[in-house]
Amino acid sequence: MSAILPPAERLWWKHPLDRVEGLWIAIAFAWCMVMFFMMVGWHIYGKQNLSTETYKTTPEMFSAKTQAMVDKYTVRTETDEKIPVVHPPEGSDVYLIGRLWSWWPILELEKDKTYKLHMTSMDYNHGFSLQPTNINIQVVPGYEHVMKITPNQSGQFSIVCNEFCGINHHTMVGRLYVK
Amino acid sequence: MAATSAALASGNATTYRTCPRSGLQFERNAERLMIFNAVTAVVALLVGGILAIGVVLTRWPAVHWLAADTFYLVLTAHGINMLIFWMIFFEVAVLYFCASTLLRCRIATPKMAWLAYALMLVGAVMNNIDVFRGGSSVMMTSYVPMMATPWFYLGLILFAVGALIACFVFFGTLVVAKRDKTYQGSVPLVTFGAIVAAIIAVFTIVSGAIILIPTYLLALGLISHVDPLIYRTIWWAFGHSSQQINVAAHISIWYLVAAVAFGAKPMSERVSRGAFLLYILFLQLASAHHLLADPGVSTEWKVVNTSYFMYFAVLASMIHGLTVPGAMEVAQRAKGYNKGLFEWLRKAPWGNPTFSGVFISIVGFGFLGGISGVMMGTEQLNLIIHNTIYVPGHFHATVVVGTTLTFMALTYFLIPVLFKRETISPGLAKIQPYLFGFSMYFFCLVMMGAGTLGVSRRHWDMAFSGAALAYEWPGAAYLMMGLVGIGGLAAIAGGGLYIYITVGSLLWGKKLDQGAVSPRFTPIPPTARTAAAQTYGSAGLVAPGSFVLAMVFLLAFVLYYFINWKYLAQLWGMS
Repeated sequence: MSAILPPAERLWWKHPLDRVEGLWIAIAFAWCMVMFFMMVGWHIYGKQNLSTETYKTTPEMFSAKTQAMVDKYTVRTETDEKIPVVHPPEGSDVYLIGRLWSWWPILELEKDKTYKLHMTSMDYNHGFSLQPTNINIQVVPGYEHVMKITPNQSGQFSIVCNEFCGINHHTMVGRLYVK
Repeated sequence: MAATSAALASGNATTYRTCPRSGLQFERNAERLMIFNAVTAVVALLVGGILAIGVVLTRWPAVHWLAADTFYLVLTAHGINMLIFWMIFFEVAVLYFCASTLLRCRIATPKMAWLAYALMLVGAVMNNIDVFRGGSSVMMTSYVPMMATPWFYLGLILFAVGALIACFVFFGTLVVAKRDKTYQGSVPLVTFGAIVAAIIAVFTIVSGAIILIPTYLLALGLISHVDPLIYRTIWWAFGHSSQQINVAAHISIWYLVAAVAFGAKPMSERVSRGAFLLYILFLQLASAHHLLADPGVSTEWKVVNTSYFMYFAVLASMIHGLTVPGAMEVAQRAKGYNKGLFEWLRKAPWGNPTFSGVFISIVGFGFLGGISGVMMGTEQLNLIIHNTIYVPGHFHATVVVGTTLTFMALTYFLIPVLFKRETISPGLAKIQPYLFGFSMYFFCLVMMGAGTLGVSRRHWDMAFSGAALAYEWPGAAYLMMGLVGIGGLAAIAGGGLYIYITVGSLLWGKKLDQGAVSPRFTPIPPTARTAAAQTYGSAGLVAPGSFVLAMVFLLAFVLYYFINWKYLAQLWGMS
């Protein structure tokens, strides 16, 4: 029962190891190295990397910029609440506000074109979860997160909030179209 | 002897009981502290388990039982009772056991240990009352600026201070043992693992203090702002590290059970202890993987923390994944179960819940918890997992299949040894780890399945009733969430069985002989060299069966890892 008794030799770091252990440690270490290089390598060869471009912001600053975009590029409104649908040009800055309990406005993008998406929250933490594509990004109040996105499918997408943000969290669904 | 009697008479002395069934020696104060902490833990498990019924019956779309506000309240209380109160009370009992019992010495400062217990109890009760009053449904993570009442944070802070004192009582007990020379040479491996758990606990609690104290002051209105991103970063240094205490504790118990069920020795002390040391150095830093989908955190920081540092911790777990079954295999082969690769495993005591619980825990922790954890901790793969119900799928595999099931298995060993009672319903005790373990496997798998389809965690209604813009999940997601409900109920039944058996045994199990009581500890004699270490350099592998199991694990790991990259590669381009 030596796992619950002191080892026979005090200098445990000098105990020999068995071949089965040595072999397994070598294999496991090699696999960890593969996983390490996958993450670094994906930044070079892969297309899906989360941008780290972030600015401090305030609700006032961010809603002013979003409002400017909405005023310029709104093409129609949807639902009884008249949520604006904006269709900004390729390469432009696109703003998305998360707040209790909606994503605003509705974005309309084009397939295979690249946009700079800016996101923040007006109040609590929210979760940007694009469905059915399943891209999930944390939205933190006070921080404006900027990422380049290139939709590769057309259709209607939904933005589900997946960070708990209060009692009506389940109604926080937005929309995004890709033409 | 005269001196001892005098000390006894003055009330300062203590007594030691040698358990006739295990040969373990229990000091009177330590024993009582272990009993109180373990029983309180089981009460927290009972509360958390009852709340789990509300959680699974609400997330089962066809049932959708509780109203939204009740659901979030119940989910908050379930998470805190299970992850904090059940586990840490039990771990404090384990720490006292690993120090006082395994080293056969008295516990240091028993009065401080009782103070620790009282603070933890007051904190736990205060936090629970506050959550049930309804103003603090902020979830385990309680991200600012969403605020709970001051009582919520104060409860957690008091609990943490108590746990910190308990850790120092544990360290103090090690000093007592060293000074009184109650053991020779190095501490046993299981105690070594407990030291690792306690060191991680100190780091964890300090991180918790750094972030929860300002948040408490914010809740009181004494300060005006806590940065949400800094909160998230430091909160996770506390939140994830607290799970590493569990990992270090339950892996220590795996070695303990291998020792008591098989008389197994670690294959090599150097390998097993080295792996524990890797936990201290690297595991806490891996908590950075909670921030992979966050703004404002640099790529370099993410890669360093979740690859270089995390993979050394992953390596450590992979090592234990081989050496624990390996130790069992070597012990079984020494008994003559030498046929083929797996006779040692076929002839293992599968009817003994202490062994079966631990083995089900090892397999589930590795295959379900370990592999899914690495997926979530991979910088880019996190994008397809973050905040989906895959996350609770993962951590139920690590903390429920891993830690809770291990603690349950240990309880079956402790009922006669520590509580001096015969286990009631041995037939039910035999099936309990299978019912709980396998239904938890199923529960975790279907949760991860639903998460892969994007279903959110912590979400009252996947049908989005009342939302201006609706979204309909694929039918498979509904099916998976229905299966989550069924698996969850089966697991709750398994947990209920555990409560029935343990509480029942304590209340009306047959009283057993408590063993000889003596006023002095018995120093542990030196032990023989380990069997495996002596075969070093021989032609064969001492544990070929465990090695094959490890390679099966690696194959599953590699396949699943690359399947996820393939899935990621199909997403929209992002940079």
